[in-house]
Amino acid sequence: MSSTPPSHLHLAVALDGTGWHPASWREPVARPRDLFTAGYWADLVAEAERGLLDFVTFEDGLGLQSSLPQSRLRSTGGTPIGELDGRTDQVRGRLDAVLTASRIAPLTRHIGLVPTVIATHTEPFHISKAIATLDYVSTGRAGLRVQISARPHEADHFGRRAFPPISLEELRTPSGQERLTELFDEAADYVEVVRRLWDSWEDDAEIRDVATGRFIDRDKLHYIDFEGEHFSVKGPSITPRPPQGQPLVTALAHQSVPYRLVARQTDIGYVTPHDAEQARAIVAEIRAERETADRAAELPHIFGDLVVFLNDEQAAAEDRRARLDALAGEPYTSDARIFAGTSTQLADLLQEWAAEGLSGFRLRPAVAGHDLPAITRGLVPELQRRGVFRTAYEADTLRGLLGLARPANRYAATA
Amino acid sequence: MSKPLKQIHLAAHFPGVNNTTVWSDPKAGSHIEFSSFVHFAQTAERAKFDFLFLAEGLRLREQGGKIYDLDVVGRPDTFTVLAALAAVTERLGLTGTINSTFNEPYEVARQFASLDHLSGGRAAWNVVTSWDAFTGENFRRGGFLPQEERYSRAKEFLATANELFDSWHGDEILADQATGAFLRDAEVGSFVHSGQHFDIHGQFNVPRSPQGRPVIFQAGDSEEGREFAASEADAIFSRHATLEGGQAFYTDVKKRLATYGRRHDQLLILPAASFVLADTDEEAEELAKEVRRQQVSGATAIKHLEFVWNRDLSSYDPEGPLPDIDPDVSADHISKGRAQVRMYRDPLATAREWRELAAAHNWSIRDLVIETGNRQNFIGSPATVARTINAYVQADASDGFILVPHITPTGLDDFADKVVPLLQEQGVFRTDYEGPTLRHHLGLTHPDDLRGEERAAS
Repeated sequence: MSSTPPSHLHLAVALDGTGWHPASWREPVARPRDLFTAGYWADLVAEAERGLLDFVTFEDGLGLQSSLPQSRLRSTGGTPIGELDGRTDQVRGRLDAVLTASRIAPLTRHIGLVPTVIATHTEPFHISKAIATLDYVSTGRAGLRVQISARPHEADHFGRRAFPPISLEELRTPSGQERLTELFDEAADYVEVVRRLWDSWEDDAEIRDVATGRFIDRDKLHYIDFEGEHFSVKGPSITPRPPQGQPLVTALAHQSVPYRLVARQTDIGYVTPHDAEQARAIVAEIRAERETADRAAELPHIFGDLVVFLNDEQAAAEDRRARLDALAGEPYTSDARIFAGTSTQLADLLQEWAAEGLSGFRLRPAVAGHDLPAITRGLVPELQRRGVFRTAYEADTLRGLLGLARPANRYAATA
Repeated sequence: MSKPLKQIHLAAHFPGVNNTTVWSDPKAGSHIEFSSFVHFAQTAERAKFDFLFLAEGLRLREQGGKIYDLDVVGRPDTFTVLAALAAVTERLGLTGTINSTFNEPYEVARQFASLDHLSGGRAAWNVVTSWDAFTGENFRRGGFLPQEERYSRAKEFLATANELFDSWHGDEILADQATGAFLRDAEVGSFVHSGQHFDIHGQFNVPRSPQGRPVIFQAGDSEEGREFAASEADAIFSRHATLEGGQAFYTDVKKRLATYGRRHDQLLILPAASFVLADTDEEAEELAKEVRRQQVSGATAIKHLEFVWNRDLSSYDPEGPLPDIDPDVSADHISKGRAQVRMYRDPLATAREWRELAAAHNWSIRDLVIETGNRQNFIGSPATVARTINAYVQADASDGFILVPHITPTGLDDFADKVVPLLQEQGVFRTDYEGPTLRHHLGLTHPDDLRGEERAAS
């Protein structure tokens, strides 16, 4: 197996509805009426695979989408965060991301599939076997993107804990930070359980020994005996160790608390620098966290997130952005830098940021029906011309595409 | 004029983790690789089956404090594998067993509504309950539920999920690119549920799916389970596959429907059924005997005897006589995570009865376990099996069967190729699918039309 040369960039695309711009669904290419069909998602992922991308992520949520931010550190006055916005002019409603990814898996061959899972309200036992199964149905192309939910209305859908509304200002106070820290600590425990369960079967646990009548060697199955503040999980998983051993764990992070999660528990962190200097600072902070956690040897991939409007002419991209902003009634803002320009300009920017230590990028197409093909048919050939992107898939698994070895099982006795 | 022939419903149960699944056969393939599921599902669809059925268990079984290692161990996540199977089949229904104890309604409703969208209306939910703290050790809640509340939680869970499925009506998404109206109104999916087990409110975030609600299965056999099925389910996954047992169960459950204002045809009775096929009836009998011996190895026989004796019998010879000692009725049960052990209500009486049987027939432990175990339901040539299945259905022993092959994943092949054509010739099984959704296959009314019928009748 040949691996990606170190000079190569990794590229992922984040799929969310008709695209990341709230007015994206109004574009003629958008297909908003198809959003709840398998065919819509199959077409997008097929396009991403045609462009040889490493993987796609699928956004998800346990409530209706809202234009009000969950936890972004940008002042919007006293607006309570995470509330519903009552809007009817944007895409609302979505299908379960894990199931959407699984529905697409048999239709694709190489591309990684990374659905979002919400740690705050779901069971790590269920998600561990779900992602293991996604890894089986995709023969080694699964990952997950772990997310917390501080949204009061989502907590009300479960009725098991209450999150009082909190404003952005309050969030920045020590007690607000404490609340956030608690949710991220829970997410870290959640990932720990998911990972232990993946390892709870050794690879050769199934023996089918007809002579003794034993299907498994039970000494190669392990209780995980996790006990934490929010849950205890005994194990082992009901699903054998998945093809990749450990499917990819990824997370989006904007500040120190989530950087810690990225550094300690993930294989890929998505970060949102707005320039090269910020990219350098973030990489340094995550690297330091990693060293504190004594995992410096295996620094995770750090991907820069960017919202992209891509056209052949910069003016056309900017016009498109302006037109969509006008349709939305307000300028689109994002936690990530918003790029509007040409493939050449974007390739320049990606290479500049990569020089600061980012190993790849997760691009958020402003309009999925336009900007995803612009990535696969414009940006990718440009990067290939520069010799910094693959010209064919070089591995059969997502870990393979990312240059990550299949990890040893933490429970296996070393010989 | 005689009454018209009933149409038979057929489904395929992916071989599970009981000893009925013969993993030791050289033909037996993987229970976990997706290719096995694809083969099995595509065979069922080729044969125009109504649906594929997946069971579930949320903790690996243990016996004597150790993970049980003699049967198939390990299976995929139900929802995830069904969603993937939707990509490799076009019409086959996809039925998943999902526990109402270790899940939350909002999440399960999202998953089923999503599966129904992603499969174009082919999702079904076999609602099961459990209460054991043993399984609970894998979940946030732990072993929280008293046994007597499991049906009350299951009922409220299903009722809540139905409120969520019904919170969208199907006309909310305008997606009008010209006017900019995506939703008809901002209150889409609103729900409030306040009950003993769930107190939740908000807005559901998956629009109305093709079937409105997934088809609902129920599998319990107790008095409570039967009432639950009569009031709520579209179909029962039963274990009464004999002619007399089936008829008694069928009559009992169908007569309960009237209490809930439901028609006779609004609840299908579909027992699990095993089968053995060969060219002739004699060969099939021989083969069936051989399969039963494969299903009960010496080691398995000892473990099954332990279900009744409730003590470690590993020192006994499976080819020797039954133990003289009596079952231990004082201790916690030796077997965990297995519903089957509850069948032995009076272990002392069962042990006495088995000793007498073994003595009378000169049976070893293994012989006894084989002989008292389940015989395959349908054994014979394709013609015999087709005739028997049809006779059972026409005699109201069931509305069809959920077939459980003993070999993964090819155990259904012969049935599809040899028995199904005979049923089709007799005009009692479809030669092609007549509609896109599982409700079409099962002859079930869409929930929206059902409400229309109720309005028209009132």
